[in-house]
Amino acid sequence: MKTILKTMAATAVAAATLAGAAQADGERYVLVSHAPDSDSWWNTIKNGLALAGEQMGVTVEYRNPPTGDLADMARIIEQAAASGPDGIITTLADPNVLSGPIRAAVDSGIDVIIINSGTPEQAREVGALMYVGQPEYDAGYAAGLRAAGDGVGSFLCVNHYISSPSSTERCQGFADGLGVDLGNQMIDSGQDPAEIQNRVMAYLNANPDTDAVLTLGPTSADPTILALEQMGLAGDIYFGTFDLGENIVQGLRDGVIQWGIDQQPYLQAYLPVIVMTNYHRFGVLPGNNINSGPGFVTADGLEMVEQFAGEYR
Amino acid sequence: MSDATSRIDERVKETSRLRRALIRPELGAIVGTIAVFVFFIVFAGDSGMFNAQGVLNWSTVSAQFVIIAVGACMLMIAGEFDLSVGSMIGFAGMSIAIMSVTLGWPVWIAILLTFALCVAIGAVNGWIVVRTGLPSFIVTLAFLFILRGFTIFFPQLIERQTIIGGIDRAAEGDWLAPIFGGKVFGFVFDWLASVGAIDVFERGTRAGEPIVDGIPMLIIWALALVAVAHVILTRTQFGNWVFAAGGDAQAARYVGVPVNRVKILMFMFTAFCACVFATCQVMEFGSAGADRGLLKEFEAIIAVVIGGALLTGGYGSVIGAALGALIFGVVQQGLFFAGVESSLFRVFLGVILLFAVILNTYIRRIITGER
Repeated sequence: MKTILKTMAATAVAAATLAGAAQADGERYVLVSHAPDSDSWWNTIKNGLALAGEQMGVTVEYRNPPTGDLADMARIIEQAAASGPDGIITTLADPNVLSGPIRAAVDSGIDVIIINSGTPEQAREVGALMYVGQPEYDAGYAAGLRAAGDGVGSFLCVNHYISSPSSTERCQGFADGLGVDLGNQMIDSGQDPAEIQNRVMAYLNANPDTDAVLTLGPTSADPTILALEQMGLAGDIYFGTFDLGENIVQGLRDGVIQWGIDQQPYLQAYLPVIVMTNYHRFGVLPGNNINSGPGFVTADGLEMVEQFAGEYR
Repeated sequence: MSDATSRIDERVKETSRLRRALIRPELGAIVGTIAVFVFFIVFAGDSGMFNAQGVLNWSTVSAQFVIIAVGACMLMIAGEFDLSVGSMIGFAGMSIAIMSVTLGWPVWIAILLTFALCVAIGAVNGWIVVRTGLPSFIVTLAFLFILRGFTIFFPQLIERQTIIGGIDRAAEGDWLAPIFGGKVFGFVFDWLASVGAIDVFERGTRAGEPIVDGIPMLIIWALALVAVAHVILTRTQFGNWVFAAGGDAQAARYVGVPVNRVKILMFMFTAFCACVFATCQVMEFGSAGADRGLLKEFEAIIAVVIGGALLTGGYGSVIGAALGALIFGVVQQGLFFAGVESSLFRVFLGVILLFAVILNTYIRRIITGER
């Protein structure tokens, strides 16, 4: 019994020392996202984070609220700050909820970079080093202008993450770009593929003169492709989407989807780690925010996109 | 016959002091709490988990669980469940936001009306359960969807967005708001910072102020709810009624316990607790979102079950539920400090929860001799 206890104690001490050693080696950065566990798009973010951590020889951690609850996310930021990392990389999905904890982290001496959600102005207000991402409304607006040029007058916006304001901004921006009122052209599709597919079909049946479909990411795009195929509208109706994924790339090649707006999430995770590590090691810092998107991906030049879709693109 | 023997009542069975201490429902939770703290002191002792900021973080998270667990515990002892707690949190927050920001009513009116509304919905929940005899699982599951639906629908209809902000500006100078969103005992932390016991902000407008500047009212509410509920449950006739209603409702009715009234009151109390949670959250963060409180009903039930209450009702303790909530909060936050990979984080959480519940049941079975 005594020997067992001794071994256990020794193992515990060894494990604790190992953990300590790992933490002391290089800088430590925590990335906090607002994504629920079910959102597969964020895998690219995780890949970008891991690769940057490996290349720079720093410790990186990824944290998110399991259900996408932003109040839980605020607690995670507070928690990350308490653990005293060198930097925090976070999204600013709702400034009301998150700016307090982020401000407190900045004031306690931790460097912060805002990625993905929020705006450059909001990032400056909370005292972040910079903003890396794609301004959502502007991206939606640019897409709306493009669609208007292609003769679109009405659309369906399939919103699979209705509780996040940035999703609505994309739909609103698109409507403004088209020069039409958003009205009831946006539907709350939920996150379940079968539900999304059926709601899209129901909407298009009820509104047969809809010119275009806009989806906000692979979660809503993949089932929407199926819905269009089933209704015989694939390739017939104007279809634009945010973000990329394997099925979206296939859709682009097949001519079902006209364009995908790539905000290059890989860069949103990769660049902040590189920027902060260089800042902490050598004191160098780019003088401005970095726009990772929007970039329109069309059927031309799909090869590279295809190869890395869902992984680094 | 001497006086001493005549005072012994043959209906009362003698039990030893030790045995009485051991058959308390919260015993497993006490053991679990100690185990969890020992674990994290060993594996995350120097990670910031036990500095002022870290302690405040897991205390706040635990206090959130405590608030909803107290309501869930009382209701579960009375033999019912409420799965609409999470949706109720989102609904209550949105209700306050719409009344105060969109409609421009004073915040205290918004808060009081929201409390009235939530408690009334709790009463409807309970009324349907006792009148129809349907399982509360089904009835409250319906309300889970009804409330969440309204929480998404109304702000969409009124403001075209699902997060309503600006409540902090609306609440400025309000007399009721600080009772939910304020902080107390700030002077203690000022003093602690002045003697160097806790860190201060290095820069910004708050430079020199302590990083932790008070105890959030959320924690005070949690402690107060535990104290009140514990006293009611263990020291009053009503407390006995709650146990009786959950233990054997028919037997309780025969001896004159108003079982239906007790159950409806407990549904109302659960709704009240959810509303306290929501109000504190809204006042702290200044905004209400349509996805607030998702899955919180299960977290409340988990905390209560770790705390030693029986899923079938009639047995449990508020102190146990509070400790269960503490374990849940500390494990959830602590694994991050211990450096556990985030994907594995939930696996660890699940394993520890399972372990706690099994330990609990095991200890109780040994001691009470139940099979």
